[in-house]
Amino acid sequence: MPKDNGIGAAPKRREDLRFLTGKGRYTDDINIAGQAHAFFLRSDVAHGTINSIDTAAAAGMDGVVSILTAADFEAAGGIPCGWCVTDRHGQPMKEPKHPILAEGKVRHVGDPIAMIIADTLEQARDAAEAINVDITELPAVVDMSTALDAGATKVHDEFDDNLCYDWTFGSDDAAVEEAFSKAAHITTLELVNNRLVANPMEPRVAVGDYTSHNDESTLYTTSQNPHVIRLLMGAFVLGIPEHKLRVVAPDVGGGFGAKIYHYAEEAACTLAAKLCGRPVKWTSSRSEAFMSDAHGRDHITKMELALDADNNFIGIRTDTLANMGAYLSTFAPSIPTYLHGTLMAGNYKTPVVQVNVKSIFTTTVPVDAYRGAGRPEATFQLERIVDMAARELGVSPIDLRNQNFISKDMFPYATPVAVEYDTGDYHATLAKGADLADVAGFDARAAASAANGKLRGLGVAHFIEACGIAPSALVGQLGARAGLYESATVRVNATGGLVVMTGSHSHGQGHETTFPQVVAEMIGIDESMVEIVHGDTANTPMGMGTYGSRSLAVGGSAIVRATEKIINKAKKIAAHLMEAAEGDIELKDGTFSVAGTDKSIAWGDVALTAYVPHNYPLEDLEPGLEETAFYDPANFTYPAGAYICEVEVDPDTGKVDVLNFTAADDFGNVVNPMIVAGQVHGGIVQGIGQALLENCSYDENGQLLSASFMDYTMPRADDIPFMTVDHSCVTPCTHNPLGVKGCGEAGAIGSPPAVVNAVLDALHRGGHNVPHIDMPLTPSRVWSAMNG
Amino acid sequence: MSEIEMKVNGKSVKGDAEGRTLLSSFLREELRLTGTHVGCDTSQCGACVVHVDGVAVKSCTMLAADAAGADVTTIEGMANADGSLSVIQAAFQEHHGLQCGFCTPGMVMSAAALLKENPKPSEAEIRHYLEGNICRCTGYHNIVKSVLAASGQLDESGGAIAAE
Repeated sequence: MPKDNGIGAAPKRREDLRFLTGKGRYTDDINIAGQAHAFFLRSDVAHGTINSIDTAAAAGMDGVVSILTAADFEAAGGIPCGWCVTDRHGQPMKEPKHPILAEGKVRHVGDPIAMIIADTLEQARDAAEAINVDITELPAVVDMSTALDAGATKVHDEFDDNLCYDWTFGSDDAAVEEAFSKAAHITTLELVNNRLVANPMEPRVAVGDYTSHNDESTLYTTSQNPHVIRLLMGAFVLGIPEHKLRVVAPDVGGGFGAKIYHYAEEAACTLAAKLCGRPVKWTSSRSEAFMSDAHGRDHITKMELALDADNNFIGIRTDTLANMGAYLSTFAPSIPTYLHGTLMAGNYKTPVVQVNVKSIFTTTVPVDAYRGAGRPEATFQLERIVDMAARELGVSPIDLRNQNFISKDMFPYATPVAVEYDTGDYHATLAKGADLADVAGFDARAAASAANGKLRGLGVAHFIEACGIAPSALVGQLGARAGLYESATVRVNATGGLVVMTGSHSHGQGHETTFPQVVAEMIGIDESMVEIVHGDTANTPMGMGTYGSRSLAVGGSAIVRATEKIINKAKKIAAHLMEAAEGDIELKDGTFSVAGTDKSIAWGDVALTAYVPHNYPLEDLEPGLEETAFYDPANFTYPAGAYICEVEVDPDTGKVDVLNFTAADDFGNVVNPMIVAGQVHGGIVQGIGQALLENCSYDENGQLLSASFMDYTMPRADDIPFMTVDHSCVTPCTHNPLGVKGCGEAGAIGSPPAVVNAVLDALHRGGHNVPHIDMPLTPSRVWSAMNG
Repeated sequence: MSEIEMKVNGKSVKGDAEGRTLLSSFLREELRLTGTHVGCDTSQCGACVVHVDGVAVKSCTMLAADAAGADVTTIEGMANADGSLSVIQAAFQEHHGLQCGFCTPGMVMSAAALLKENPKPSEAEIRHYLEGNICRCTGYHNIVKSVLAASGQLDESGGAIAAE
């Protein structure tokens, strides 16, 4: 019988009631009396010198309140970068200034030049058209493969070239040379990890407000981490101390990474509200989102896998060019390095792994984390090259994986790329996936497809990721300029109900439903007694927010620690009330009892006593029942899983149909299986989107060709089949109190190679020996590969 | 700027609109019915779907002035008279057919229009009909299940009822 309360239950989501009835309160739904509207005039060229900005005519137009340019932000700092990577020579990366509005030069299409503030948005837009910006165009820098050539146009004049850093990680050169010199077989793969746009359905919005009576600024923003925005914007950009700055991220319509970062528009609206003496609201259009939200992926990689005569993996070497775009977004430098290189061992016991990355400035939108962030890039390389090696060697891709997997008796397992996996059983997840996907029955299905003139293929991938980011001391050594703990305050009210104030942020993950399950389980009360508060720096403890599949593993652990403190104190109060020793007090089903007696007292009576301390050990214990905990994880968590995709390819058109998709994941313990399944579904479809549909495309002049949903192909309902997802393979995390690993990104990490492997398998079965096709596998690319 | 009148969720309303004001803006800004969302500017995403005289319409693609005199239903008008969730809304909650909730109003309005036209749509018909509503969170899996459930086509275990 499934549980109906606590950990492991699947209660209906309480947030759904407001979302299903139009009562959600997203940032764009906030309107403050007297507010003005902002519109940003953006560069329509990729690269150029700004000669002049003439705002005179626009300034006199109806409704215009103010027009701001870079000169108005002279006192402000640039948008800061939160991670400094050290290169292979021990030198810090190059870190260009990222101004709020373009200073002297524009460096990508969409770079903001002027901020027009007017009574209405329409007036602001009209005025923007009357601004005359004189720009001398410079050559665009789009192609990473030539951006480092001698004489290449520089994106930032103050540097010698377009190289942000040249980084190496893992095994040293001598170990790599030795491994490859002993190889019986070397598989080489060159690939592109296509540039993507996260596209949460809610575009970004910022509303700045300033109240002069207390000199306080408030920013309402579409953020995954309001405390991070407050710290970055307050301390580094606008010089506002935290106690004079409040950041609120109310209901947020999806993030997927794109709403982690501190963006120029947030600082601009916050400052403009003070300058204008009116609240200032900016709402991104979707076209604007395409050219101002940080993009994702965009790697070019050469990878080599060395195998011995028995098909054991003995060495991996990768060389990657990673696009940073024009400026360094908040966490951009860490994505191709510490979130990518550290996962390059995958699920395999390869003894030698070396990762090399050159990150490059281009005249394109900044690139940063998008769901998975570095881990999809690592997984795609590995899971493609393993399939390619299996094909070259004439062995089963499943057998080759099983042969080289780290086995379950080898944990904890230290990889050559610096991380230590705590638990896992990859043979079990792969076997589970193969069983659920009926791999054994595939040949019969392929024959049926062939009889219909279609090519059917089966693709397997097995991923690992590092989530629950992250131990603060470790990431500090690696260049992070932040701690990555999480926080929780648990307040027990006088009548026994609880409010949990979390530093995590929910933008679709359902924290308001799952976090109460954890607290209810610990105390033995009904979930309805627990309320979650998040998203407002004024009423939550300093927390780092939600990304990297960290909310339950890190934020949930903080809630557990705070709740443990509550229970410990409540037991002291209960012991006093029942005149018993504290060590004899037991808490079960919301009732305290004295072991071995029939004495008991209800949860609510203890809570009331804490706030009405008439009979209370005041000499030993403070009244009240409210505790805060900060949880800093001891390690990353390491979810893993088998993803199996079955496709049909139409040989006449090259069109790929995904027929079946199976995911067998090990997420450790699961708190709410319904929500976990939903996270995996969504991730898989973003991965299918990357593999088959999505591509952010620039032309050679740096013009963004895919700047709307007309041009950028989002997965739609009719592109996708029902999926089979399973998380019954459980090896609990050993170092957090819930034994959880995180599930938010797995789908997007594991699915792209499974899809591509399936398509190439289909082509192979049809007699087309195509070693690789770069994503997205559009009909045109597939057809060309078959007929090229 | 001129004053226009229409019926929204059963009530007569009036408000000011420029000639260029979109129905989505009129609902959100003038009537403060913020349940209708705007997720794109090319009439692709469907977050803004409402019903105009019983027909599903992307309200970002209709001028407010063109809806003058019409009978408009938005997500705020979809619950039962007693405030409880309608069958479609309840099915979305039961089957986890929403995550961030931003596409949800349009998804519910489109699903309602589909079931009015076709009370027992097949999975393929549901997917085809919802092609104009983009969701980035759910992968559509549980949305399609929600619509199957709302049309009485899922059994208690969540599996599809076999076609007779």
